[in-house]
Amino acid sequence: MERRRVVVTGVGTVNPLAHNLTDTWDALLEGRSGVAPVTLFDASRLNTRFAAEVKDFDPDVYLPRKESRRMDRSTLLFWGATSQAMADAGLAFEDGDPAAERVGVVCGTGIGGIGTTQTQIEILNERGPDRISPLAIPMIMSNQAAGAISIGFHLAGPSTCTVTACAASANAIGDAAEIIRRGVADLMVGGGMEASVTEFAMGGFSSMKALSARNDDPEAASRPFDKDRDGFVLGEGAGSLILEEYEHARARGASVYAELVGYGMSADAYHITLPRPGGGGAARAMQGALADAGVAPDAVGYINAHGTSTPANDVTETMAIKTVFGRAAYDIPVSSTKSMTGHMLGGGGAVEALISLQVLNEGILPPTINYATPDPECDLDYVPNEPRKADVDYVLSNSFGFGGHNVSLLFKSI
Amino acid sequence: MDRSEIEAKLVDLLVDELGLERDNITMDARFEEDLDVDSLGVVELLMALEDNFDVKIPDEEAEKITTVGEAADLVSQKLNA
Repeated sequence: MERRRVVVTGVGTVNPLAHNLTDTWDALLEGRSGVAPVTLFDASRLNTRFAAEVKDFDPDVYLPRKESRRMDRSTLLFWGATSQAMADAGLAFEDGDPAAERVGVVCGTGIGGIGTTQTQIEILNERGPDRISPLAIPMIMSNQAAGAISIGFHLAGPSTCTVTACAASANAIGDAAEIIRRGVADLMVGGGMEASVTEFAMGGFSSMKALSARNDDPEAASRPFDKDRDGFVLGEGAGSLILEEYEHARARGASVYAELVGYGMSADAYHITLPRPGGGGAARAMQGALADAGVAPDAVGYINAHGTSTPANDVTETMAIKTVFGRAAYDIPVSSTKSMTGHMLGGGGAVEALISLQVLNEGILPPTINYATPDPECDLDYVPNEPRKADVDYVLSNSFGFGGHNVSLLFKSI
Repeated sequence: MDRSEIEAKLVDLLVDELGLERDNITMDARFEEDLDVDSLGVVELLMALEDNFDVKIPDEEAEKITTVGEAADLVSQKLNA
């Protein structure tokens, strides 16, 4: 039997650059940075005092306060992105609609409701356990967003959550596609989010020496593949895709962004935060995506890199790309849009998948900004500083997470 | 604090803390059926009452409250005890 094909028929995002995909794309082509001093809390005690925050996010745009006040910021960001994606795909279901039993959601997040975790632990310490909100647990749990989406949009099919750190929403998209391929659902929301610009999370990442500390020039801090990179810039945001079985999409006349043809996964099996030297794990994820699609490496016209701007990631990812593509690696444009969005952790994979769709449809590659000084160990074509026209049929999008989770998604123009 | 002050403050709490629509709130309104406040919302309300009126409401007394007016009665009784 021929495999069921999975296409993307709806998109939505809330991220540090914009509150929809079109404006995000414009910002990326302008090379605009979403990084700025922290405004969500007083960051004066921290070593790193800047981040890529979602600006002016207003949950009232999407839902009544009676409901929004029961959701962590992470869930609200994903709700916003998914509202856009559902409307974009022309989908709306009533409670109990039998058709919605074949519609589900997979939502990825790195650390779930960590903002609520911090505020409720402050209450615990200041006022005692009997003052902890009855909403604390539902707001903290990492599957809150998946639950909230299935409840709010009346989706009664599979509903689950991937929690693989910075690979989470790429895993969510891949797993959502697998559910459709299996025949269990015809439509899936796939994506994810993060809202961890909090003192607790930033302090933790700072202690790991993972964050850039370029406080005197935040917009230049996320500089993937540049020799002077000194860590990632924490971002927040959400991306949501409507994945749909191809014939189902055709039958209802849905407009199609692209096809998800390959999903590769691997583990580094090496260290809880460091990538395996040489990038063997990352290479196997990319090879897995190509094998899943039955596509040769030379078909790939662009790679949206994980490209975090940490010293370790950017070198190992470069090595991994060379392992997969050999000499041809030097001819494949690779850019890291994290140079503009910051690192949205659990939201990164989904937003970068959305950017990959734009590349296929617009024929333009977004740049890696802040690229100034080449690193001898990072010697590929990183589309430095300026966008570039390119006709591309296949885009690979990489996402790697703490824990050694490697995910690669392969999209094809249609 | 007299009865009308208690009621006014209670309504403010329901609007500010639980996000309810002010126009829907009457003393006869039932939390669950009329205001769509679920069991978690009732716990939130009780904690807000305790914090804002500086009273203690034991669980067994809290469980008897079904309407906004009954919540006002309970607060009034505690304040005047």
